[in-house]
Amino acid sequence: MTTRWRRALPAFGVFVGFIALWEGVVRLFDIKGFILPAPLAILRAFPEAWPEVWPAAIGTFLSALAGLAVGTALAVVAAVGAARWPMVRAGAMPLAITANSTPIIVLAPVANAWFGLLSPWSTIVVVAVLVFFPVMINLVRGLLSANLSELELMASYAAGRRTTLWKLQLPGALPYMFSALKVASALSLIGAIVKEYFGGSQARLGQYITLKAGNFQFEEVWTAILLASAFGIGLYLLITLMERTFMGWHVSVRAANV
Amino acid sequence: MSQPAVMLTEVSMVFEAAGGFVHALDDISLEVHDGEFLSLIGPSGCGKSTMLRLIGDLLEPTAGTVTVKGKPARQARLDRDYGMVFQTSTLLEWRRVAANVELPLEIMGVDAAARAARAAEMLRLVQLDGFGNHYPWQLSGGMQQRVSIARALAFQPSILLMDEPFGALDEMTRERMQMELLRIQRQTGTTIVFVTHSIPEAAFLSDRVAVMSPRPGRITEVIDIELPKPRIFETREDPRFFAAVTEVRESLRAIEGAP
Repeated sequence: MTTRWRRALPAFGVFVGFIALWEGVVRLFDIKGFILPAPLAILRAFPEAWPEVWPAAIGTFLSALAGLAVGTALAVVAAVGAARWPMVRAGAMPLAITANSTPIIVLAPVANAWFGLLSPWSTIVVVAVLVFFPVMINLVRGLLSANLSELELMASYAAGRRTTLWKLQLPGALPYMFSALKVASALSLIGAIVKEYFGGSQARLGQYITLKAGNFQFEEVWTAILLASAFGIGLYLLITLMERTFMGWHVSVRAANV
Repeated sequence: MSQPAVMLTEVSMVFEAAGGFVHALDDISLEVHDGEFLSLIGPSGCGKSTMLRLIGDLLEPTAGTVTVKGKPARQARLDRDYGMVFQTSTLLEWRRVAANVELPLEIMGVDAAARAARAAEMLRLVQLDGFGNHYPWQLSGGMQQRVSIARALAFQPSILLMDEPFGALDEMTRERMQMELLRIQRQTGTTIVFVTHSIPEAAFLSDRVAVMSPRPGRITEVIDIELPKPRIFETREDPRFFAAVTEVRESLRAIEGAP
């Protein structure tokens, strides 16, 4: 335990140093609040901003999480289908790869027209579409990563396709799945907030930020930014925790635990 | 004589490859007796691994028939009549050693208590008791291959198909593994079909050695190895062992037309 803390020390030092430097630079050069507020100023803005910014952050976070869940679930189904039937794969993969290279976030302004300005579904759908392609593509790659001997081994046990999927392909795809989820979790928050910039409920981070920036209340804007990044970090940590729980055997996790 | 464990009758195998056809095996007929240790030896690319996969119904022959325990190879595979050991151990890295050994039993629907008992027994057989809770990466290459032998024997198949199982091991480990394999065969009475490209290995282990020609693979000679059993450490220093090695070597040289 003590070695773990000692290993975290440099990162902690850099973090504290960064905050101190930020505070110092803002004071030294007398930077205006609308360009970059000082950390202490942001901290002072929190109590007053809290009743408004906290529910907004929760609302945005839940939309992002719902979109992440929906998009991931659909991607798993699609990936299993694509891995199972070569025809599906041949048909769907080029489209998936093309879509993955497209900045899908351009959908954001249109989504309100599809589902209505206040419907949570307009955010959830944007996030789900955003998350779908990287998860699907990585998972297909993972499901197909089982090598010939492993597949022959399963065949020698007269194992059916379903058994082979559960016992061999899905566990083998877990490393791919978790890498994809780490990317997707960041995308989900970006997607949700950017979508909210283009309208929707006032009690959401995207709208909160647009509104406060318009009023030159940049300390409040920064409270929202910090909450968004806190939720992003939390989500990442949650996925890392799942990874350690379900994938302790994998070389990447082994190395991290040494 | 009892029914042969494996019987190949006029088997040919042609692969469709990029830019044409590859004639891998040509007119192979061979019987493997019950309880026998038979090696397939030949230059690389002669189709010996392909032949093993035909016996295991992992490939289908272009012509001819493959019969395992008097049944079509497909039926024998569905009846789980054989266990397979590959050149690499192909252990699933997310499963601990015992869970790897239990894999075939799990697929066959054996209940957990019986699985655990059987895995422990198999690990004892390959002298790895106490390693059940390790992950494969914590074991050496030789130990991993022993686990894969334990896994192949876990459901008590009467036939073991082995595809260059010791090819990746160092010489000393390899010789120890050969001794262990013979001991396991004595204890279990399993019929073994063993693919190798090592002449001394084939001579030391086998009752008979089937010598194969380069592509298209044919069986050019089946050599009886007249060495007393059980084979022991001293067998490798027996003049009859050198005679057997020489006979296999000469047979391989004859077909290659080497000077």
